[in-house]
Amino acid sequence: MAEFTINEKMNLETDIFSLQIKKAPTRDGWGKALLDLGKKNKNIVALTADLSGSVRTNWFEKEFPQRFFNCGVAEQNMASVASGLALEGKIVFFSSFAVFSPGRNWDQIRVGIAYNNLNVKFSGAHAGITTGPDGATHQALEDIAIMRVLPNVCVLVPCDERESYKCAQAAAARAGPVYIRLGREKLPVFTGESTPFEIGKINVLKEGADVCIVACGVEVFEALKAAKDLAEEGIDAAVLNCHTISPIDKKTIVEYASKCGCMVTAEEHQVDGGMGSAVCEVLAEKKPVPVVRVGMRGFGESAKNGMELIKHFGLDAKGIAKACKEAIAKK
Amino acid sequence: MPFENISSVDGLKQKANILRISIIRMLEKAGSGHTAGSLGMADVFAALYFGVLRHEPKNPKWGERDRVVLSNGHICPVLYAALAECGYFEKEKLMHLRELGSPLQGHPHLGSVPGVETSSGPLGQGLSTACGMALAAKIDEKKHVVFCLTSDGEHQEGQTWEAAMLAAKYKLGNLVQIIDRNYIQIDGKTVDVMPLTPLAEKYKAFNWNVEIVDGNDMEKIYNVLKKAAEKARDGCRCAPTVIIADTVAGKGIKSIEGDYKWHGIAPKGEEAKKMLEELGAK
Repeated sequence: MAEFTINEKMNLETDIFSLQIKKAPTRDGWGKALLDLGKKNKNIVALTADLSGSVRTNWFEKEFPQRFFNCGVAEQNMASVASGLALEGKIVFFSSFAVFSPGRNWDQIRVGIAYNNLNVKFSGAHAGITTGPDGATHQALEDIAIMRVLPNVCVLVPCDERESYKCAQAAAARAGPVYIRLGREKLPVFTGESTPFEIGKINVLKEGADVCIVACGVEVFEALKAAKDLAEEGIDAAVLNCHTISPIDKKTIVEYASKCGCMVTAEEHQVDGGMGSAVCEVLAEKKPVPVVRVGMRGFGESAKNGMELIKHFGLDAKGIAKACKEAIAKK
Repeated sequence: MPFENISSVDGLKQKANILRISIIRMLEKAGSGHTAGSLGMADVFAALYFGVLRHEPKNPKWGERDRVVLSNGHICPVLYAALAECGYFEKEKLMHLRELGSPLQGHPHLGSVPGVETSSGPLGQGLSTACGMALAAKIDEKKHVVFCLTSDGEHQEGQTWEAAMLAAKYKLGNLVQIIDRNYIQIDGKTVDVMPLTPLAEKYKAFNWNVEIVDGNDMEKIYNVLKKAAEKARDGCRCAPTVIIADTVAGKGIKSIEGDYKWHGIAPKGEEAKKMLEELGAK
């Protein structure tokens, strides 16, 4: 049996696998941060496209109606209006569901926000299969790919509500465009107030020697559970929280590829073009090692709740643990 | 120092002619680019930049300046010609349009050229961007005008109408849109590709103030722009204004006037020489 020890420097909550752990969706962290940022900085404005409640911008709206604009069901307009506000020196936050924004307004983001390199921070909520019952039309599984390909755009995927808050705060402090991927499902809040968060720097949640799991979003907690299960079988897996997909932390990825000799990537996104691809790009150039990618290979479907789908598509701890064994076998 | 505007119609007409000459020269040298729309809008640009705008070419970031968003970025030769003629940058640079390393990109790029307020080109986006700028001015209680130049063809983009709704909802009285209504687009006549009529009625139904003007009649354009700018500068929370400028694509060069084939091509050698002669270029 290998030891399962969380990296102390990460200051995670104690007893993270307890059934009593607090749960909250990442969209709440975004909403809270936006409200707090609005109190401190009059230059912050927010836009939404008829989903104010769902994406939690209604908390800002209530407090600062003069700095909040509901664009109606018109995501393309919203993205370009955001660029106009940012050109005039505003720090603009906008949000909708990820399937619509950045799904529908990619060109507006590309030219108006990325090419202009403006201070626009935008979130795509209800991303991933954990969107659940609404089904495939509403489960964004391609947003990381279409955002990380854009020059100047920083792409963040928080793993829990607390990290989501930190993402929004860090986005406001950073110059230039930032995309934050958010989810609907209530997830365990296992990171702590003092868990470090720095854009572009992977958090090593658990050290390991046999295999390294690189995960983002909902998959980070699943990766920790997988590492715990693997430890019982004598496999020592490292777990990395890759919250920043662009710019990706090449140094840490290469370091753990060297240390472990194989990698598993895990994300609730298409494996092609997503975080797994980003990791493979780094490894192919700097340190080729066997990789097994856990993620989606097609469209999702409806289910009563998101975690049912995570299990169904093999994105749960069990699926990740299986992938780890496959990766080790390829060494 | 604020730019000294010209109020004589003849003076503005002369400027329009200078812009047309620059357009032909720069397009001929570049070997590609959009001739018809650039020539057709030369009168509107002359009236706007030399007669109406409050701006400081030597201080392009002046906070109180009027903003100009060129949504149909492909007619940037006329924008570049106007900016250079106003003194934003040296006229010599016009001869490097579309060249590697030149600030005069094929479509406008923010940061490369003083006086360019945003990157543009993909159609349908500019009116939304202008709405964002107008909203910012309202929040900050500023009195400048946001002008947005669009084409008629780009009104086939749904986003334009999303922006039209938002401008009316937020009563962006500080926003003035000028539509280049030249009835052509790259594939042919707008009426054949995708009819837009009745355009004025559409805007009325979207709760905008609508003005229609002959976009190649300097006196009329100057008066309508001046009136719209004065109203917009009032800072009122009222309806936005759209000026539908009926223009002739390729205006100034008889042989190409109204011909959609000139939408996206540049004149060559002898052809350009004749055009310059027709414009009285020395």
